[in-house]
Amino acid sequence: MATLKVSSSVPSPSEDAEQLKTAFEGWGTNEDLIISILAHRSAEQRKLIRQTYHEVFGEDLLKSLDKELSSDFERAILLWTLEPGERDALLANEATKRWTSSNQVLMEVACTRTSTQLLHARQAYHARFKKSIEEDVAHHTTGDFRKLLVSLVSSYRYEGDEVNMTLAKQEAKLIHERIKDKHYSDEEVIRILSTRSKAQINATFNRYQDDHGEEILKSLEEGYGDDKFLELLRSTIQCLTRPELYFVDVLRSAINKTGTNEGALTRIVTTRAEIDLKVIGEEYQRRNSIPLEKAITKDTRGDYEKMLVALLGEDDA
Amino acid sequence: MAHTLDLESIVNAFSGKNVGMGVDEKALISTLGNSHKDHRKLFRKASKGFFEEDEERAFEKCHDQFVKHLKLEFSRFNNAVVMWSMHPWERDARVVKKALKKGDECYSLIVEVACTRSSDDLLGARKAYHSLFDQSMEEDIASNIHGSRRKLLVGLVSAYRYEGNKVKDDLAKSDAKILAEAVASPGEKAIENDEVVRILSTRSKLHLQQLYKHFNQIKGSDLLAGVSDSSLLNDALLCLLKPSVYFSKILNASLNKDADKGTKKWLTRVFVTRADHSDEMKEIAEEYNQRYGETLAQNIQEKIRGNYRDFLLTLLSKSN
Repeated sequence: MATLKVSSSVPSPSEDAEQLKTAFEGWGTNEDLIISILAHRSAEQRKLIRQTYHEVFGEDLLKSLDKELSSDFERAILLWTLEPGERDALLANEATKRWTSSNQVLMEVACTRTSTQLLHARQAYHARFKKSIEEDVAHHTTGDFRKLLVSLVSSYRYEGDEVNMTLAKQEAKLIHERIKDKHYSDEEVIRILSTRSKAQINATFNRYQDDHGEEILKSLEEGYGDDKFLELLRSTIQCLTRPELYFVDVLRSAINKTGTNEGALTRIVTTRAEIDLKVIGEEYQRRNSIPLEKAITKDTRGDYEKMLVALLGEDDA
Repeated sequence: MAHTLDLESIVNAFSGKNVGMGVDEKALISTLGNSHKDHRKLFRKASKGFFEEDEERAFEKCHDQFVKHLKLEFSRFNNAVVMWSMHPWERDARVVKKALKKGDECYSLIVEVACTRSSDDLLGARKAYHSLFDQSMEEDIASNIHGSRRKLLVGLVSAYRYEGNKVKDDLAKSDAKILAEAVASPGEKAIENDEVVRILSTRSKLHLQQLYKHFNQIKGSDLLAGVSDSSLLNDALLCLLKPSVYFSKILNASLNKDADKGTKKWLTRVFVTRADHSDEMKEIAEEYNQRYGETLAQNIQEKIRGNYRDFLLTLLSKSN
């Protein structure tokens, strides 16, 4: 469930745009005002505000924000204001660049979005970067990572609930055999993970647990540590079957590291606030005995903290 | 007898083995429909290919193959109309599904759909696939095909190629070098090379055109002259770079009098799936004319009969 709080009667896009303009005026910036508006509008509403702002003031809202804000807070606002598809496209593009490269982010975008959302990301990628997402991912990755990531990013999974139990049994067996032989990047493993529907994959791994007495993620824990591909594979499976747990894991390591990993924190809060941040928060509390909001406020400060808290639905607005 | 029997025109109306496709419905009505039963006996006696004389019991037995032949020829118009009425996405999804079922020899159809449609049309076909078959196109292909062909085909159908006009020439050049090395390596099959698959299944068509120019310069030979012993790879290259050449070649094959059953069906598929794109259809017709010396329209007029012919000619004329 989403954590985003939007009141039942919101001002018109032009009123919001006017207010935002005043937040930029004079010395300094009224970040509270920005948060009180943007952090409480849905994606559709934010889109209208951005359009209206451009019509009235002749400048992209994001440019104004860029001029006025700095670092973590700005990043959070930027990601939040972009449409989900554009956001994902930006994240994916950054993930292919040398200094910000991240196989994990590519996998995360590919596996935790619905087929339609992933499609929007691919379309936005064309528009913004004049290339296809798959050509960039392919060009900037190699070997097993390329095999897995290009397939994941190009998938257009069937989204129905139908499950073929015989197939689940066959494929669970197949995966078990490959894992036993440590053939983690085997073609068949990649095929199953990157083409089957999520319902089918879940059925397959349920079957796996029934037949072999342990969860797939546990089976993959051995040989952990140095094998980066195995790590990615494991996260892939987690994203496809229990995304909330994946996000909890990433959040935990992002927050508890000495020096918070703001990148990951910002990314997850802004990309999930309208999807399932509530469930993630509940799961976080269950596993860490502390509410997500508290963990965040302990480790962040200023407007950045306020923005995150607002997106968590925990501010007083 | 009321009138003499025009045997020849009846046989022609059925399109005997070597005489093209379709059935001349009007002629059948006026000759066979109009005929006296003694006429028909003469017809049966004269048509050894279709009927067999059972001398013991004094009647001319119909061959199964006659029934099959008629069914097939009558159904061409039927199939064309059904396919034409369908949404383009459904058409393409069904083509891919059928190709998967038929196996090896039909995989080039998958290449055709993946490489000659626009990005959004290919995407649409994948959507239709979800709806029609409760699974994704790529999962079906992946679970039915193995090895290097799987990699290429899954890659091609999963592509959502950029369609704008920005191309990075230096990237196209470096990709061309990679391709040139890949096809030169002795013993190693180009289709098994991951870089080849990457380039063909992710780059935009404009980028590939640029790559094509560079390749021909680097190698001094034509990339489209068939650089691989994999026909799938060659088909992919042709479909991506010169689709009108590809289509005119397969049209020619389907109109050949020695074409087999499957190949003949290509005629309907190409016409029905391309007729909505009048620019492309025009290019295909022009390419055909240049290559084979006669126009598509002429060829169809001569070799096809009846409603099927009229339907094809109508589709063709939409592009003029």
